Amino acid sequence: MKINKLFNSVNDVMSDVFDGAVIMLGGFGEAGSPVELIHGLIDTKCKDLTIIANNAGNGKIGLGALIGENQVKKVICSFARSPKSITFKELYENNKIELEVVPQGTLAERIRSAGAGIPGFYTQTSVGTPLAEGKEIKIFDGKEYVLEKSLKADFALIKAETSDRYGNLTYNKTARNFNPIMCMAANQTIVQVKKIEKEENTDPEKIITPGIFVNKVTVVSDPIIESIAIDNGETYP
Amino acid sequence: MNEFINIGWAKDEIAKKIANEFPHGSYVNLGIGMPELVSKFVDESKEIIYHSENGLLGMGPPANENELDFELINAGKKPVTILPGGSYCHHADSFSMIRGGHIDYCVLGAMEVSEGGDLANWTTGKGIPAVGGAMDLVVGAKNVFVMSQHTTKDGSPKFLKNCSLPLTGKSVVTRVYSNLAILDVTSEGFKLKEMCEQIDFDLLQKVTEAKIISN
Repeated sequence: MKINKLFNSVNDVMSDVFDGAVIMLGGFGEAGSPVELIHGLIDTKCKDLTIIANNAGNGKIGLGALIGENQVKKVICSFARSPKSITFKELYENNKIELEVVPQGTLAERIRSAGAGIPGFYTQTSVGTPLAEGKEIKIFDGKEYVLEKSLKADFALIKAETSDRYGNLTYNKTARNFNPIMCMAANQTIVQVKKIEKEENTDPEKIITPGIFVNKVTVVSDPIIESIAIDNGETYP
Repeated sequence: MNEFINIGWAKDEIAKKIANEFPHGSYVNLGIGMPELVSKFVDESKEIIYHSENGLLGMGPPANENELDFELINAGKKPVTILPGGSYCHHADSFSMIRGGHIDYCVLGAMEVSEGGDLANWTTGKGIPAVGGAMDLVVGAKNVFVMSQHTTKDGSPKFLKNCSLPLTGKSVVTRVYSNLAILDVTSEGFKLKEMCEQIDFDLLQKVTEAKIISN
């Protein structure tokens, strides 16, 4: 038997998602955002989801659409404000969605540390600000640090450039962002790639995410470009 | 109406003063908005490496119409370019560059700065709170420069004894560049480094709530 993590469709890879799941979404703005997997998540109709991502979606595409379908109860992110954000803004202003604001570097490190088996860490970021209130402070070498706990998820939805059948991933430019660390921090990592590596295995020197961190991969060869889709007035579903 | 908003140095002049401060070979993170102007004024005899916190080191100018790539963007989510010697990394590595003390200078906007170097620039307490990477940059970068108008649009002082808005960081700002003056943050408070020619010290002090040490 050969290992094969490649699946035929978005529907096939989304089959295990459940109500109340904690789900990480890769991407920084639209770059690296797994839009087609998020649309697959919308199709599952799963609700009461907690979403961990850098942003809170734009327009009614991808995360903006998922929030608009009222499937999300809480967003953990660093920057939920954006000129093209509609759905999050509306629910937040009506107290229908929770928000946990996390400094971007702390968010990245909380995810990375979860993937590395580290339950928490101390950082100077946010000391003396409202975001450190109620958290343990410890002094190292005369400086104050705040305790931050790691962030795990049930699922991570990831966008990458290529995969082979082992789930070894490469990325494209700044679409890498949160994707590699989210792959490490979830019980099940689901990936959409633009193409399958032509050779049976990817050049080991080029692999950014080793396959051990990946469970399911499917191909979306011509993914939606979020900003263009929004400008064209496209929505989902 | 605020009579002090249109006097003193223009934004480009402030940007040039900041650009002149970076030594050759510096690693620099420029905040979104007014600080982005700084890169236009770096002397060609120097090579400066720009960091964008979404995983881009060696950022080049904005992309023009025929090279737009929505997977090559900056922290403001606008398409940019990458220069020779540049690299991509994931978010935890990118913020290790910041939080690990590897960035030489960051330049940020401000709503308020206190004489002790406290910075408030992320929320007025109203609307959706959104912090991005500001809290990481202010504790991690070796030099934290604020680039800002000297007063608010309605003429209220921005450089205060104590900030009234929620903080981004405590005792983090090292220097302030405004349209009226350059102020160093010292253990005794704001210290005047340079002042624009159109005003005198008494006027500068009048539009600054915190006391300024003149020499």
